[in-house]
Amino acid sequence: MSWFDRMFRRQRLYDELSEELREHIEEKTEQLMRIEGLSRSEARQAALRAFGNLTLLEEKSRVVWQWSTLESIFADLKLTLRRLRRAPGFAVIVLLTLAIGIGANTAVFSVINSVLLKPLPYPGSNQLLGLRLDAPGAGGLASISNGLAVSPSMYLTFAEHNRSFQSIGLWSPSTANVTGIEQPEWVQADQVSDGVLQTLEVPPLLGRWFTPADQDPHGSKTAMLSYGYWQRRFGGDRSVIGRAIQVDAQTRTIVGVMPRGFRMVDNDFDLLIPMAIDRSKLKLAPFCCNGIGRLKPGVSIAQANADIARLIPLWMDSWSNGPGTDPHWYEHWKIAPNFRLLKSQVIGDIGNVLWVVMATIGIVLLIVCMNVANLLLVRAESRHQELSIRAALGAGRARIARELLVESVVLGLIGGALGVGVAAAGLRLLVSIGPANLPRLSEVSLDARSIAFTFVISLLSGLLFGSLPVWKYVFLRGSARLSGSGRTASQSRERHRARNILVVIQVAMALVLLVCALLMVRTFAALHNVDPGFADAPHIQTVSTWIPDQLITDEQTVTRIENNIIDKFSAIPGVTSAGFARAVPMDGNEPNWDNLFVQGKNYEGNNPPLRFFNYVSPSYFNAMGTRFVAGRDFTWTDIYNLNHAVIVSENFARETWGSASAAIGKQVRQSSDTPWQDVIGVVEDVHVRGVDEEAPATIYWPTMLRSPYEPKAPITASRFITFAVRSDRAGTASLLSEMQQAVSSVNANLPLASVQTMQEIYSKSLARTSFTLVMLGIAAAMALALGIIGIYGVISYAVSQRTREIGIRLALGAQKRELRWMFVRSALVLTGVGVFVGLGAAVAVAQLIRTLLFGVSPLDPLSFVVVPVILVLAAAFASFLPASRVTTVNPVDALRAE
Amino acid sequence: MENSQTTSRDLFPGALEMMILESLRRQPAHGYALVQHIQQRSNNLLQVEEGSLYPALQRLLKAKLVKAEWTVSPATNRRVRVYQITKNGLLHLEREISSFDRMLEGIQMVLGPQKRNANS
Repeated sequence: MSWFDRMFRRQRLYDELSEELREHIEEKTEQLMRIEGLSRSEARQAALRAFGNLTLLEEKSRVVWQWSTLESIFADLKLTLRRLRRAPGFAVIVLLTLAIGIGANTAVFSVINSVLLKPLPYPGSNQLLGLRLDAPGAGGLASISNGLAVSPSMYLTFAEHNRSFQSIGLWSPSTANVTGIEQPEWVQADQVSDGVLQTLEVPPLLGRWFTPADQDPHGSKTAMLSYGYWQRRFGGDRSVIGRAIQVDAQTRTIVGVMPRGFRMVDNDFDLLIPMAIDRSKLKLAPFCCNGIGRLKPGVSIAQANADIARLIPLWMDSWSNGPGTDPHWYEHWKIAPNFRLLKSQVIGDIGNVLWVVMATIGIVLLIVCMNVANLLLVRAESRHQELSIRAALGAGRARIARELLVESVVLGLIGGALGVGVAAAGLRLLVSIGPANLPRLSEVSLDARSIAFTFVISLLSGLLFGSLPVWKYVFLRGSARLSGSGRTASQSRERHRARNILVVIQVAMALVLLVCALLMVRTFAALHNVDPGFADAPHIQTVSTWIPDQLITDEQTVTRIENNIIDKFSAIPGVTSAGFARAVPMDGNEPNWDNLFVQGKNYEGNNPPLRFFNYVSPSYFNAMGTRFVAGRDFTWTDIYNLNHAVIVSENFARETWGSASAAIGKQVRQSSDTPWQDVIGVVEDVHVRGVDEEAPATIYWPTMLRSPYEPKAPITASRFITFAVRSDRAGTASLLSEMQQAVSSVNANLPLASVQTMQEIYSKSLARTSFTLVMLGIAAAMALALGIIGIYGVISYAVSQRTREIGIRLALGAQKRELRWMFVRSALVLTGVGVFVGLGAAVAVAQLIRTLLFGVSPLDPLSFVVVPVILVLAAAFASFLPASRVTTVNPVDALRAE
Repeated sequence: MENSQTTSRDLFPGALEMMILESLRRQPAHGYALVQHIQQRSNNLLQVEEGSLYPALQRLLKAKLVKAEWTVSPATNRRVRVYQITKNGLLHLEREISSFDRMLEGIQMVLGPQKRNANS
C-alpha cells in the first residue's frame, strides 16, 4: 500500500478498527455474563474497565498509520477551514483586505520586476552599453535624454578605432510615409546603421540583417519589417522578402522581418530603414542619434569610457563642420564619454518613483497585517477560555501555537491567491492607462518571479499577523489565566495593550502616507499653476505631417503647401486660428540648439551660449494662445521674402536687453557667416520640456529661411511640422475628418499623424507626477480607511466588553454623554500618540521623496497640519459610532447578565 | 499514556508482537481470541492489556507481518476480523525468536554466577 493509497484508504482502516474494538468489547461482555453471571450492564462496565481508555486506544492505533506532524497539520488545516466557514463575515473581511493588500503589492512588484529587474530582452544584455556623452559646455543640447547624443561621424570614428567593443551601432527613432496603399500611412520607421542588429544579436525571423552596403546612400534601398507590421500589412506572408514598398516616395526592397517581441531598445517600430551615411559629406555635427555598443568580454565600462575618451581628439581631427570652420571648436563643450549599461539608460530615473510606490504599498500591506492581527486578537480573545482549557489539559504550547499559526498562514495564502487575481486586474488597468513615459511598460506582466513574490509575502504576512495572537496567548500567558472568567479579565489594561499598539502604528503609518499623498497633490497643483506658455489647451488640436524631399524637392513649394493647408484649416467652421511649428511644447521634439550672437556683445573669443531654436509659421502663436509681450508676429510676406526677422522669448529678451520692449529692433545671428536678423516680436516664455522644467531662452525663426550651413541649398523649409488648430471642436472626429480632407485636397500623399490635443500632450508630460500621485493617493486612502476600521474595531470591542461596567456606571448615575466621551477620549489618545509618532516618520519620508516634489517644501506646513486634523476627526468619528452604543445599554440587563 | 508505560515496563519492547505472531503461527485468530490464547498459554502469568493489543496489531499490519480478513465467527456467529501470519511474518518471527533466545542466554549467563553465589 503506497502512502497515496493509504491517505485515501485510511478512513476505511479507522472504521474497521472501531468496529473491531466494539466487537471485542461485545465478546468480552458476553463472556463475563456467561462465566461470571454478571448482568449485561455490569459485564459491559467490567469489559470497558479491562480495556482502558477506548478513545485513546483508538487514537494510538491510528497513529500507526499516520505521519503524525503532517497529519495533524492537515487536521489543523481542516479545522481552520471549518472554523472560517462558520465565521463567514470574519473570513470575507480578512480575505478581502488581504487580497487587496497583497494584490497591490504584487502588481507594483510586477512593474518593478519588469521595468527595473528583468534584463533587456537581448542575449548577453549586460554587455550592452548606451552611448551618451557628457558635454557640460553644450547647455540644453546635452540635457536632452540625459546626455549628448552621438553624431554619425563620431560613430564611424568610434567604430573603427575602439579597442573595447565587439560592435557599435547607431539608431534614431523616426517616422515615414508609406504610400501605394489605399490611404497614405504614417509609420514608425527607425533609422539604423549597420551594426545595430549585430550589436543587439537578435537574428531576423526571415531574411537578413542590414550590411554596410545598405547604408551606402547610392546603393540599393532596403527596409526591414517588424513582426507586427509584417502581420498587419502583409498578413504574415513569408514570401514578403524581396518585395517592394514605397517609403517616403522611395521604392525600398524588403530584406528581412524581425521576430515577434523585438523592440528597438525602447521603441516600437514598424520599419527599420538603413541610416544613409555618406562618408564624403559627413560633418562633426549633428548630434542626432542613439549609440549602442556591445563590450568585448572582460572589458569594464570604465575601460570603455577611457578608450573612447582617447578617440575624441581623433574625431575632431578627422572631420570638420565645413570649410573655414574650426574643428576644435567643440573643445569648449568638454565632450567626454559617459557610457552606461543600456538598461539603466532605458530605465532612466523612473526607479525612484517605483521604489517610493513599492515602499508605500508595502506600508499599506503592513497596515493590512495590523488590521488582520487585530481581528485575530479579537477572535483569540473569544477563544481564550477554550485555549486555556486546552492548555490546562496538557496541550503543548507548540501545539496551540501551531494551530493558531496554521490558521493565519492559511488566511495569508488564500488572501495571496485572491491577490494574484487583484494584481492581474490592476496590471491590465495600469497598462491601459499607463503613464506614457514609464519605460518598458509593454513588458509588464505577472511572471513566475511575481508569483513567487506573492507567495513569499503571503506567507510572511500570515506569519506576521499570526505571530501576535501566538505571542500574546501562548507565550505571554501560558495557562495561568484559566481562573479568571473572560469578562473580568477583559477589563485589565494589559489585555488591550497589543491592540492599542496596533492602532497607534496604523495611525502613524496612515499619517505618513497621507502626508506624502498631500505633498504630491500640492506638487500637482503647483505644476498646474505654472503658466505653460500656451492657453486653453483642450481647444488646441495638433497634427503632424512630414513632406519628404523625394515628394516635393523645392523648398518654396513645401512652404506654399503648408501655407495652403493652414488656409484650408482656417476655413473649417469653428476654427478660430491655425499655424504650425517644427515642434509644439512638450511633444518631445527639440528642433535645434545653437549659438546665438547678439549684436554689440563681445564674447571675448568664446562662443555665446546655446539657445533653443524653433521654427514657426505666422499665427502659430495665436493658435497656441502664446501671448505677445512686445512687437508683432511673422507675416507670410516675411516668410516668402526671407525677411531677416526673428521672434524671441521674454526671458531671452530680459536676460539680453533688460526688458521685452527693449528687444524690438535689436539684432541677432547664428554665426559670422549669416546676416543679422531683426527682433520683431517678444512672446511669453514656453515650458518646452514640461512645466516642471525652466522655460529655455528661445529664438523663433521663420519657417523658411536662408540656411546658414548649406551654400548649395540657400533656402530651407520646415518639412516635419506640427499644426496647431484652435477650435471648440478640438478632439472631435468630425473636426479631424475635415482636417484630413483639407490636407488631402492640397496633397493626397500626406498622412496625418500624432493626432492629439494640447491638453493630451500636457497631461502626458505630467504623467509621471500623476502616476505617483494616483498610486500614493490610493495607498493613502487605503491606509486611512484601514486606520478608521482599526479604531472603530478597538472602540466597539471595548464597548462590548465593558457592557457590565457601563451598566454599573449608569446605575450609579453616570451621564451617557460622559460615558461616550470616555470611549471617544481613549480613541483620541491612541490617535494622538499615533499622530505624534507618525509626524516624526513623515518628516524623514518626505525627505526621501524630495526629488518628486515641485513648488512645495518637504516640510510643507499645510500638509503637516491638515493631515493630523483629518486623522483626529476620522478617529473621533470612528469611535463615536460604537461609543454611542453605550446609550443602548440597559443597566438592569447588564447587571443581570452576570 | 499511563497504560502504554506500564505495559512496556512489564514486557520488553517487541515481546507482545512476538507472542502475537507465535500465536498466529499456530492458528489464525481475531483480537479477542488472541488475548485469551496468550493468557491461557502463559498460565495467566502474562496479563495482556487488551487495549495495547490493537496498536500492536496495527503495527504488524502496517509492516505486512500479518494480514487481516473479515469473516463470520462460527462460534459466536458474529463478524470478526481474523488475523493470519504472512510469510514475512514467519521469517520475522524466527529472527525474533532466535535473537530473543540469544538475549535470554546472555541474560542467564550474566545472572547465573550471581545466583550461584547467592545460593551458596
